[in-house]
Amino acid sequence: MADPVTKSPPAHTAEANNEVVLSVEDLKVYYDTPSGPLKAVDGVSFTLTRGERLAIVGESGSGKSTLATALMRMTRSPGRVAGGRVILDGKDLLPLTAEQIRRVRLSEIALVPQGAMNSLNPVMRVEDQIIDGMVDHSETGRAAKPELRPRVHELLRRVGLSTSVSRMFPHELSGGMKQRVAMAIATSLSPKVILADEPTSALDVVVQRQIMQTLGQLQEGLDASTVLVGHDMGLVAQFADTIGVMYAGRLVEIAPARQIFQNPLHPYTRLLIKSLPSLAGKGEFIAIPGLPPTLLDLPQGCSFNPRCPDVFDKCSAVTPQLLEVMQGRSAACHLFEQKGEDN
Amino acid sequence: MTPLLELRNVTKIFGGGFLRKAPQTVAVDDVSFTIQPDRPSITTIAGESGSGKTTMARLLLGVAKPTSGQVFYKGKDVAGMGRREQREFRREVQPIFQDPFESYNPFYKIDHVLNSPIGNFMGPTPRSQRREMIEEALQMVGLRPQETLGRFPHQLSGGQRQRVMVARALLLKPRIILADEPVSMVDASLRATILDSLSRLTRELGIAVVYITHDLTTAYQISDNIIIMYKGSVAEAGSVERVIRDPKHPYTRLLIESIPQPDPDRRWGEDDSALRIGEETASATGCKFADRCPMVMENCLDTPPPLYAVDEHRTASCLLYSDTPELQDRDVASVFAYSAPVPTPAATVPT
Repeated sequence: MADPVTKSPPAHTAEANNEVVLSVEDLKVYYDTPSGPLKAVDGVSFTLTRGERLAIVGESGSGKSTLATALMRMTRSPGRVAGGRVILDGKDLLPLTAEQIRRVRLSEIALVPQGAMNSLNPVMRVEDQIIDGMVDHSETGRAAKPELRPRVHELLRRVGLSTSVSRMFPHELSGGMKQRVAMAIATSLSPKVILADEPTSALDVVVQRQIMQTLGQLQEGLDASTVLVGHDMGLVAQFADTIGVMYAGRLVEIAPARQIFQNPLHPYTRLLIKSLPSLAGKGEFIAIPGLPPTLLDLPQGCSFNPRCPDVFDKCSAVTPQLLEVMQGRSAACHLFEQKGEDN
Repeated sequence: MTPLLELRNVTKIFGGGFLRKAPQTVAVDDVSFTIQPDRPSITTIAGESGSGKTTMARLLLGVAKPTSGQVFYKGKDVAGMGRREQREFRREVQPIFQDPFESYNPFYKIDHVLNSPIGNFMGPTPRSQRREMIEEALQMVGLRPQETLGRFPHQLSGGQRQRVMVARALLLKPRIILADEPVSMVDASLRATILDSLSRLTRELGIAVVYITHDLTTAYQISDNIIIMYKGSVAEAGSVERVIRDPKHPYTRLLIESIPQPDPDRRWGEDDSALRIGEETASATGCKFADRCPMVMENCLDTPPPLYAVDEHRTASCLLYSDTPELQDRDVASVFAYSAPVPTPAATVPT
């Protein structure tokens, strides 16, 4: 691995370099319930290179938010990490002590939470909230608060807010402005990885576009990598280099964004893209038949087999593994396993 | 012909008032709109949060009273209706709300939410007949009665619950269904089913649907006509083909450009001159969009733009089109296009 201290020149495409920043290996997050463990994340693996924008998409209940919280080591009871490794810059986050992980959060991996309206402290001024995070998580020990004020102004300007916002309370801000404050907090210690969990879910389209563009600029400015978690395929297409599709706790396909949309491999990805309403012509969107499975009662074999149009015998017997089926593209589907074997 | 439902110069103002310094919010600003009885179609009211679309829904339902202007149902002012007329109005205009989780009482089975409207509006009905009506309504929205009835709300998915809500509205044989963001909390893969059951109601049963949403792609897919609201006023209205495919108002253009297209080769433009956040500097007298408008002209700041009949099936409230005639009596429905054939009463029963 390259020396993490020497920053390589900003590269905005995944192809430009291969320095792995984050690597997730066979991560499992289970929720303990009276009827047994619910496998919200069941063996997810992926890598993230420097400057890469990865998006994890899935419907509600697919495990995407559980995955994001596990990457921050913020899984709460009854949830627990049941296995796997999360390696950030060469260091596994899962065995770290509470104090060690506190130094990693925000300074190396930071989260832009879902619904910023509820993630800010309503009785604290914006600048104090930003300073709080910086003081708590910086590796260099505790800096004096007054010294950090100019830094707060710089952070606010970087997310497109005027410096007068620093003295305001969250209720004085619009939803888009609160989301910008959340981004300022998340990037205050220049993390290597920015996790964004549905950062625009409650915002209007125009504001959504502004927020995503700001997030993109921040990431490029910091030469950081981004993991965007979301359900909106349109939004993801606008932002990501690489897209991972989750279904029932597993990654079923991961590939460069352009290829996913041009030629989706997994039948679920294909139907998901077909189910998007388009502005190009009327009557071109159809729902995926059936319903998403409940995680406590998953079908035998491939979880998608009851809804899959291409189902065959093997699907209801064997769970397909995520395998590389073409250059840079992986899918967990028996249809492509055979192709892989043939080649 | 007397319109089925009519908003006539309706304005709704919140806040302000005697002894209060809070600024007034004009949620709906002089909007006129009609639904004709002989042309069942789907009309979308679209806009961002704060555009007044939900207040419009509440006015159309008679739950909110206009500050000025009137709401008429079959020619009668909703505010001055007698008990019998009000009952008829409440039966024939049915709402479907946004959140399929909160519109249920978790302690009652699904059957309850379907049985009680029959009891409330239809008078005493034999159990077997109720059952038959409920099953018919469920089938109409694509649910299997034996898999739905007898269950509790938490045993159904969000999409199923929302379809039960459509079935509930359907039971009362309404003339109008008003759906306020019916799919915004439902997974993308299941949205099409709910929207399809709404459009079947129009096509097969002749029910007029008012679809309130911020999502222009689904609006384009299911509706015939659309009203784009901005800060309580109509920015642009007309047939979806015209308004969505070829927007004229700068605000509609901004909205459509901002929709994230599921295509990595068609990303948002980097030019964000129109993305300036409204700094609340909009002049009180002029166009409400002037402070964000990329095409703003001098007289935009002092003249409120009237609705211009830009073409046969579209009206826009923008001074760019001041060379076209003003829309007569401001009823935005006068430019609507109706593509669906008008069903005769005999044809409204599905086979």
